[in-house]
Formats: sequence, C-alpha cells, structure tokens
Amino acid sequence: MLSIRNIGKTYPNGTAALREITLDVGAGEIVAVVGGSGSGKSTLLRLISGLDHPTSGTIDVDGTRIVAPHPAVGIVFQEPRLLPWLTVEGNVGFGLAHLSRPERRHRVHQALKRVGLADYALRWPRELSGGQSQRVAIARALVARPSVILLDEPFSALDAFTRVELQDHLLEIWADTRPTLVLVTHDIEEAVALASRVVVLRPFPGRVAQVSDVKLARPRDRLSHSFDDEKRAILSALDTTLARRAPPAA
Amino acid sequence: MPADGSLAIEARSEISALRRTSRFAGAYPFVAGLLLPVALGAVWEALVYFGLANGRLVPPPSAIFRTLAELSSTGELYVHIRATLLRVLAGFAAGAVAGTLVGALIGYFRRFRQLLDPSLQGLRAVPSIAWVPLFILWFGIFELSKITLIAVGVFFPVYLGVLGAIEAVDRKTVEVGRAFRLSPLGLVRRILLPSILPAYVVALRQGLGLGWMFVVAAEFMGASEGLGYLLVDGQQLGKPQQIVAAILVFAVLGQITDWILSLLTAPFLRWQDSFARAR
Repeated sequence: MLSIRNIGKTYPNGTAALREITLDVGAGEIVAVVGGSGSGKSTLLRLISGLDHPTSGTIDVDGTRIVAPHPAVGIVFQEPRLLPWLTVEGNVGFGLAHLSRPERRHRVHQALKRVGLADYALRWPRELSGGQSQRVAIARALVARPSVILLDEPFSALDAFTRVELQDHLLEIWADTRPTLVLVTHDIEEAVALASRVVVLRPFPGRVAQVSDVKLARPRDRLSHSFDDEKRAILSALDTTLARRAPPAA
Repeated sequence: MPADGSLAIEARSEISALRRTSRFAGAYPFVAGLLLPVALGAVWEALVYFGLANGRLVPPPSAIFRTLAELSSTGELYVHIRATLLRVLAGFAAGAVAGTLVGALIGYFRRFRQLLDPSLQGLRAVPSIAWVPLFILWFGIFELSKITLIAVGVFFPVYLGVLGAIEAVDRKTVEVGRAFRLSPLGLVRRILLPSILPAYVVALRQGLGLGWMFVVAAEFMGASEGLGYLLVDGQQLGKPQQIVAAILVFAVLGQITDWILSLLTAPFLRWQDSFARAR
C-alpha cells in the first residue's frame, strides 16, 4: 500500500513542480499517471522512488517512510539504463549482491524466464533490441520482489507493435504476483489498457485534476466501444486541465 | 525447435565466415604496409653493394642487422634493453599511479578541482625537457632523476584521461546505482570504475607511449647504459648503424609493451570488444 500525503516539490530555482498531491494506491493496484508536459508526473515518480526528496509532505510504502531508495520500491526508467559492462544476467542480478551466487542465479533466471528472455542471460546489452532491453530492465526491477514497481514512460521509445506487446506482457507479469504498479505515461491508450485507476495531473504546478476508475474487465479489448469511451473521458479531462492553465507559448 | 536451431547454426557459420574474410582483409594491409620499407631497404642495399653509394651515413640494412647481431652476441644489447625497460617501467608505474590517484581525487571531489587543476594545467604547459636541469640538481644524474622525468611524462595523459572519464560518466547510470542503494564505495566500485575503464586504458596506453619518448630524453641526460646511451654513443663515435639499430629496438619494444598492456586490459573490456566484433 502506497500512501502519498500532501506532497510538494519546489526546485531550488523556485520552480514549483508539484503542489499538494495526495494519493493512496492499494496493494496490487495499477495506477496510471497522465498529464501534459510540466505537470510533474515524472517528478512524482522520482519522489516515490526516493531518488529525489519532496519539499513538503510524506510518502509511505507499507508503513515505511520513503526518504531514500528503498528495496520495497523498484523502478523502470524511460530508457533501459542497462550497464553495458555487465551481461544480461549481471544486469538483472545487479541489486542482488547480498545473496549467495546460486540463489542469485536462480532468481535471475526466474525473472528472465518471466520476461521471455531465458536464452539471453549471457548476452551483452549492446546485442539486444530496444524492446528486449526494456524487458531486461523490467526483469531487473522484478527480481528484487518489490511491493511497488514504478514505471516512467517505460514503453515510449518503442515502436507501436512492440509497445502493445510489452504492455500485455506487463499485465501477465502483474497477474502473477500482483505488485502495485505506478505507471507514468503520455499515452492515453496505454493508461486505459493497463490501469485500474487513472490520475490526471494539471500543470504549473502539478496538481491532481481528476482521478477516475477504469471500469473495464480484464483482458481489455482495445477495439471495443467502452475502451474508446474511457479514452475519450480521460482525453477530455486532460484537455480541460490544459485549457484552464495553458502554459505560456514558447 | 529444429528450424530455429539450424537457422542459428547457419547464421553462426556465416558470421565466422565473415570473420575469416575480415581477418584476411586485416592481414593484407599489413603485408601491403611492409612493401615500401622492404623495397626501399632492398634498393639501398643494392646501391651500397654495387658501390653506387657509400652507405657510411645511411647504413644499409645488412650493416644494421650486423650491428644488432654483434651487440646481441656479446650480451651488450640485453644490458641496454634491460636498463631502458626498467626505467620506463618504474617511471610508468610511478606516473600512472600518481596520475590515477590525482585524477580520481579531482574527478570525484569537485572542490579539489578548483584547488588543484589550474596549477596542474600550468605545469602541463611546461615542456617536460625543461625540467631536466632542475631534476639533475635535485635528484642527481643517476636513476632517480631519469625515472622522475619519465613519471612526469606519463602523469599528464593518465591524469587527464581519468579526470575526463569520471566527468563523462552518465548521471543516469549513476542513478541506477543509487536506485539499488549502493554505498559510496559500492558506487565507485560497481558503477564508476567500470564506466571509466575503457577511457582509462586509452590513457594508460598514451602514458606508456610518452614514457618511451621521455626515456630517450632521460638517457640523453647522461647514462652509461640504456638504448638512449647507444644513440649518444653512436653519434659520438660516428656509428650510424648503431643509432638506427637502437631506433629499431625502441620501435619494437614500444610496440611490444603497448601490446602487452592492451592484452592485460582486454579481459576487462570484453563487453566493448564484443561490440566491435558485432559490427
């Protein structure tokens, strides 16, 4: 259970990125955070991960206050960020240095199998495609068995086919152990396909504009009318936030 | 999956075939590169042999190899090689260690940079041979002044290489380390060191190359043995074949030590190597 209370973030240069964000995410929930640029959606994710610190408010995961990166929270960045000097196996096991070698190998292979890359353990990151690299990054986050996994526009750099494939794949993985997922995305379809709840942020500074449940049964049919309706609802909410406080023209 | 398997085998054999052709293509320029010096040597040898040139100032290849053989049969050559090699190794070790430490310190702690880097850049602007008189006054004319001079030559490329490499480390990569809660020491060992390693190896090789340049200057300072001594001795006694022989030995030793250095560091750069091979 992830509990965000009155989070604010103002950068030293005076820019207010987030103001008064409060959000509870239940265990096993998938929450998508959408918003225009400048709505602070990536900042919010960095605060939850403990990589950055809020200037006000608190974040708790399963009752533990987050003040620094925490093992209960895993993160998948926009880019795979694999370490080029480690094999796929080494990258996935990077955070498991405290485990014995056989235990680590076992966990790494399980995670690789889960993302469909069991045969790629000994490859170098350079030899992988974009989609494969991002799968390895997901495996690296999974392998530590965190209760919350944060995903920062994880599929935005991939082509449309690979993106849908990885979205479905992420759902399969989620169905196994039901970790809490917080997904930042600018892709409305992705939000509707994956999330049980969609948080729409309003920019300058980032605030919660709307939180809506996606009431579609899983598996979701991207071509159905109800899917379109959900998409349209979120799009209109986004439009409202953007029209109300449009960023100054650059 | 028999179909997949055979496909993979086919692909692999195709890749190894490609590698074989590229290895041949790699050997061919090497042979081509030898053509000119060998031809020139042969022509000069013939001119001297048939008395069309006297070859006193520009010795023919046979005279050079005769000199090498003589020096080698008396064991004299090995004494000189050993002296020079030890100086280069000692100076390289001292310069590389100092360059690495100072570069790492300044790269890691920004404060040190403002404090130290301007002075170091100033010192770098001094032509290193200009130190020679001072080093002789300070350290005498024997080994210490020579090794110090070589170390100074090795220091700067290693220092700059380490500093530049640390500054070039991607913030995003460092963040991966932070996300996995690495300690400062763990961050250095598991993120920074592997990140800078490729640039560090290049810096070390540059340092070694400069070490070989500076050993000659050091041995010109006055030495009773060493390849630089052979050069000076050849000049003073009018033996150009000895000078060219020493130059050849320098070239070969420089190449061999560089090759050994890359061989020793290759296992740490396998991930890069595999990239080069995949291209």
